[in-house]
Amino acid sequence: MSPCKPRIVVQNGDFSLQQEAAALRERGATGAVVTFTGLVRDMHDDRRVSGLYLEHYPGMTEKSLHEIASEACARWPLQALTIIHRVGELQAGEQIVFVGVGSAHRHSAFAACDFLMDYLKTRAPFWKKSLQEDGGHWVEAKDSDAAAAERWQR
Amino acid sequence: MIEVHYFASVRERLGLAREQVRPDPGLRTVADLAALLAERHGAQKGAVLREAKLLMAVNQAVARPDTGIRDGDEVAFFPPVTGG
Repeated sequence: MSPCKPRIVVQNGDFSLQQEAAALRERGATGAVVTFTGLVRDMHDDRRVSGLYLEHYPGMTEKSLHEIASEACARWPLQALTIIHRVGELQAGEQIVFVGVGSAHRHSAFAACDFLMDYLKTRAPFWKKSLQEDGGHWVEAKDSDAAAAERWQR
Repeated sequence: MIEVHYFASVRERLGLAREQVRPDPGLRTVADLAALLAERHGAQKGAVLREAKLLMAVNQAVARPDTGIRDGDEVAFFPPVTGG
């Protein structure tokens, strides 16, 4: 089985959902393209959020995303895979993360995207600080995310 | 030297992004290093390095308290991740 060559990007700049989805087709998706886009919500704990600051661990971030991508490619027959994660200061409503997968059939594509997000949220070294009127607060990791990631280990 | 990096709320509580530690025969694991650094930073600040939820990495790979460390390693301490 040929390994899918993942496109992994960590950057402050925005991305185009349209271009990334088209790129998955160009890179070999023959039957299915599934994508997920994560956005900065404008509320946190009932308080209005003006934006987020995304901190990361340069070097480990890319390594971690490559490992997660490799694991997805090992579990499902994928033809193309992209992970884009923005870092730095982002405003409410902006795109934060893109995960996209191409494959011959839809089941693999849906499952792989779900897996990639669950693992990214619990293993990749990013930390969010929500920027609010009274200052910034580090977002706490959620038990529900840990539980979601754990189900892939059974 | 062992390079230590701190991220997010761990960095803020220690008031420091990075520091160096001289290797020593008594410094064999990440747990040994965390204990030394907690002492170095004092009871109030150093407490963050004793928290159960603290995560760690050695040379940019996920590590555990019993992971071995040696001269030239890069060790990082950070809170549970919240990307995505």
